[in-house]
Order: sequence, then C-alpha cells, then structure tokens
Amino acid sequence: MPRLSQLMIRTALVWLALGATTGALVLLNKGMPVLPWLWVLRIPHVHMLLVGWIVQIACGVAFWILPRLDARGSRGNERLVWGCYIALNAGVALGALHDPLVALAGWGVWAILPPLMGLLYLLAAGLFVTHVWPRVLLFRALSRPEREHHL
Amino acid sequence: MYPQARYFIRTALIWLLAAFVVGGLVLANQGLAIDSRIGALLPVFYHLLMVGWVTQLICGVALWMFPPYSRERPRGDERLGWFCYGTLNAGLLLRATFEPLYAWWPMPWLGWPLALSALLQVFAIWAFVITIWPRVKGRPIKGVTHEH
Repeated sequence: MPRLSQLMIRTALVWLALGATTGALVLLNKGMPVLPWLWVLRIPHVHMLLVGWIVQIACGVAFWILPRLDARGSRGNERLVWGCYIALNAGVALGALHDPLVALAGWGVWAILPPLMGLLYLLAAGLFVTHVWPRVLLFRALSRPEREHHL
Repeated sequence: MYPQARYFIRTALIWLLAAFVVGGLVLANQGLAIDSRIGALLPVFYHLLMVGWVTQLICGVALWMFPPYSRERPRGDERLGWFCYGTLNAGLLLRATFEPLYAWWPMPWLGWPLALSALLQVFAIWAFVITIWPRVKGRPIKGVTHEH
C-alpha cells in the first residue's frame, strides 16, 4: 500500500471514529434528552462520515489498487492526489466546525464557510478525477519502458 | 475470503435489501400519502443504507484484503472484529426498531434503547478502527496470502 493511500485511509479512519462519536452523542441525546445543544453536531456528523470517511477511503483504496500506468509501477502524477487529500480534509474540517461555530458565536463571517467548503470539495473531486481517469483501463500487458541509451 | 469477512459482507447485503424496503415505503408514502407516521422511517432508511450497507461492506472488504497484521496472525485479533460485527448489527437493529416507535409514542422508556443503540454502534466503530489501524501499512509479508 503506497504511503499516500496509508495516509488517506488512516485519516478516513480518524473521521470515522469522530463522526461515529458525534452521531452517537446526537442519538444518545435523542433517546435521553439531556443536552439540547448536542443536536448542533448532526450536520458535522454527516460531513465527517459521508466525505471524511466514505469518499476518502474510496479515494485511498482506488489510488492503491487501480492499474498502474507502466511496468515500472508508476501511478502517474501523485501531486494531484496530495492536492485532493488536502482540499478534501480542509473541506471536512470546515464542515465539522461550521455549525458549532455558528451556535457558539453567530458572527456573519461564518457565512463564508459553506461556499468555501463547496469549492474545496469540488477542487478535491476535480484533482482526484484528473489523476485517476487515465488509470481506469482495460486489462493489457504493460510494456517495459526502453532503457535510455547514453551516447 | 475468510469467514468473518463473509459475515460482514452478507449481513451488509441483507441491510441493503432492508434499506430499500424501508426507502420504498417512504417514497410510496410521499406519493400516495398512505400514513403520515411512515415519514418517521426516513432516518432509519439513511442509517440502514449508510451504516448497515456501505460502512459494513467497507469494513468486510478491508478486513479481507488489507495487508496482513503478521505472519502468525494475518487478521490480528479476530475477537475485536467479532465484537465490532455484533455490536454494530445489534445497535443498528435496536435503532431501526425503536427510533420510529419513539417518534410515534415518545415515552421515556422507548428512548433508552436508542441510547443503548448509540453506545453499541460507537463501540463497534472504535473496535473496527483499532482492528484495522495496524493493517494500514506497506508491502505485505512474503508467503502470506489473502485467501483462507
């Protein structure tokens, strides 16, 4: 498993643990209402699990397991996936923080976060698709790149 | 595919069917206005689909195909995997049963199983994270296969 996949999968597992914990707090409070403000964690729970966990583990596994581009084992431009990793997790972090921040202090400045989050998600998706598109291939024998001849 | 992964994946498939039965009922009710109480099944549909199907399928496939933990114990401590399987499905079943009941008859004793369901599901997820974390790593050990 390449290092970038390990990083994406481990980060997805962290979001899974956080998202499940916030979801449990929301459900616990639904069954035994003790702290009404816990309801504010519902949307962060959705962002953490839907994007942080499910989308990110799918990307991490796809980067690891999809066909390589040549017999040397090249996966193509990895910087695109690094960009995806950063944008996606920044988006999830904003999604996780937005509602609690609004609940704590209803400043107008927080209104910038949802569109920013949307842009980060779009950027993450665009970078990942650009990287992975050429790796979705029919099965074929990979030709070993010719050795360079130095004159 | 080894037995534990098969249990996860087959149970995920059952939840998929159950989710679409519930989802179909919710959609039918939206179109035909059969009974307003059916609307309370919407969160159950979401969780059957996302926890019972998607998350459980990912867990099953990860337990099956991620690099082995060690030569002696390729899956690590399988008891944690079984704990995750039991608590995840028990928690989800409790939720699917009591969330609509509590919405229809909001009596305190119907809320307690929901709280228990929350605890079971979060313990399941933590157990899965602990089980799979050491298996997120580089090259598998030579001589250990994924098929058992």
